[in-house]
Amino acid sequence: MDWYPLYNSLRIAAISTAAVFFLGIWAAYYTARAPRAVKGLLDAVLTLPLVLPPTVVGYLLLLALGPRRPVGAWVLERFSVRLTMTWWSGIFATAVVIFPLMYRTARGAFESFDETLAQAGQTLGLSNRFIFWRIRMPACRQGILAGTVLAFARALGEYGATSMICGYTPGRTATVSTTVYQLWRTGEDGLALRWVLVNLAISAAVLLAVNLLERREREGRRSRWR
Amino acid sequence: MALTVQIKKRLEGFRLEVDFTARDGEPLALLGASGCGKSMTLQCVAGIRRPDWGRIELDGEVLFDSGRHIDLPPQRRRVGYLFQQYALFPNMTVEQNIAVCLGRAEESRRRERTAELVRMLRLEGLEGRRPRQLSGGQQQRAALARILASEPRAILLDEPFSALDSHLKWQLEADLADVLARFPGPVVWVSHDRGEVCRNCRQVCVLDSGRSAPASTVRELMECPRTVSAARLSGCENYVPIRPGPEPDLVSVPDWHLTLRCAGPWREGAAVLGIRACHVRPAAAGEVNAFPCETVRVTEDVSAVLADLRIPGSEGPLLRMELDREAWAALPDRGRLWVSVPPERLLLLAP
Repeated sequence: MDWYPLYNSLRIAAISTAAVFFLGIWAAYYTARAPRAVKGLLDAVLTLPLVLPPTVVGYLLLLALGPRRPVGAWVLERFSVRLTMTWWSGIFATAVVIFPLMYRTARGAFESFDETLAQAGQTLGLSNRFIFWRIRMPACRQGILAGTVLAFARALGEYGATSMICGYTPGRTATVSTTVYQLWRTGEDGLALRWVLVNLAISAAVLLAVNLLERREREGRRSRWR
Repeated sequence: MALTVQIKKRLEGFRLEVDFTARDGEPLALLGASGCGKSMTLQCVAGIRRPDWGRIELDGEVLFDSGRHIDLPPQRRRVGYLFQQYALFPNMTVEQNIAVCLGRAEESRRRERTAELVRMLRLEGLEGRRPRQLSGGQQQRAALARILASEPRAILLDEPFSALDSHLKWQLEADLADVLARFPGPVVWVSHDRGEVCRNCRQVCVLDSGRSAPASTVRELMECPRTVSAARLSGCENYVPIRPGPEPDLVSVPDWHLTLRCAGPWREGAAVLGIRACHVRPAAAGEVNAFPCETVRVTEDVSAVLADLRIPGSEGPLLRMELDREAWAALPDRGRLWVSVPPERLLLLAP
């Protein structure tokens, strides 16, 4: 059994999760404090990839990043780099698809944060940076961690957008999910099943981790109230 | 030195308009019912909220001036704010809560100063605890230590005892009073409790649905409030409409069909008579301001008896009288009696 698809899936998921971790937190922090009208609009736009079919996301990405499309053509001309059909093209696809998961859980965590803690920090002369990293983030840590794990799990399982933007080249752009499809299509059911089991094991482990984190957060919050 | 606040802020269905000055060594109370804008006023002073209009000045430095577009961030105002729920950082120990507020200082100096504050606020042995492991009183002391660590030029207290249900509140109050007595700058103490204000503040500014009345001394407020809302906050129980009487020092109470003698002349703008229950005394017919009453209801309080009286033949409000248990028991007829209010105890109030 060639393990390349697992390796490829893991690195795509890890890199896109890392990027979305910061982007999602940044977006969540600013939307949570935006005026109500702006907030509704921003929230809809930022959550859109969650409800769009991944194929639509893939199509929209190809519209922008394809070698004859504005961004893709510019990058190709300037750096001689094709943005599609490489292993790392999958990072764009998964990042867009998992962004709403990170953004929404982080926003939930920020919104349940007791704002008087930040205000107290300000009146005590602490810098806004210190308040964000040393007071707000620790208080929201469990929620943000749960969002990160969930986003990572979703990134591992991403199929639609990835297959459109990376295609399927064994040993180059193959991921677990595209491999399962390919194996099934070519009638190699036994191998497909083995990849399915690998996928199930990883996803189950991740979801157990999320539940554990969320329970710890609930308990933490309860004891804080007490 | 002093903290001068003169601000206006409009919100949906609410208008805040306050004007007061708190001086060093004379804690100023902002006294008002809940929802009257007390906390919002403190937030504006601390810089957490922005007033629409006005000016805030501390020790000669302008913190906020809408005309000159000055609005210092809270970090640069150096105004200590004791939050109602104390707002200790839950992810830090007591010691860390204090130490992070010390600013940029050498490590040894920080440790020294933290230890000093821990000792001063009797937090020894609690340094390693998290806020949720502390009692309400300990949380308050930790929050005070943290405020003192930040070296504020003024301290704002937002209902410092509302989060506590301790029966030993008086001890916590004494602790807080000790800390404030040693603090050299202006102190603003927000409260709805006249007892708390009486015991701890020198000046008081009454806030009624967002508007502040001119500040007075606490004594003045308790002895001669000028308005109905001030009288209510000072604990006065009885109110009845009045009109000028036939002579300068007489007031007529149409609802009770009475004319009463006051200590001074009619006050311009007065429309309501306030009478404290403890100033209504049993009297003999013919004494000054004596009138007959019927007892409608009797309530036993902790150490006194509260009698609600009706003036015969009147449709006006009942008059509540507060009397020692013994004095009440000694009355010859507790169903029908004569009572009086000394002229100097009648409060002529603006509505």
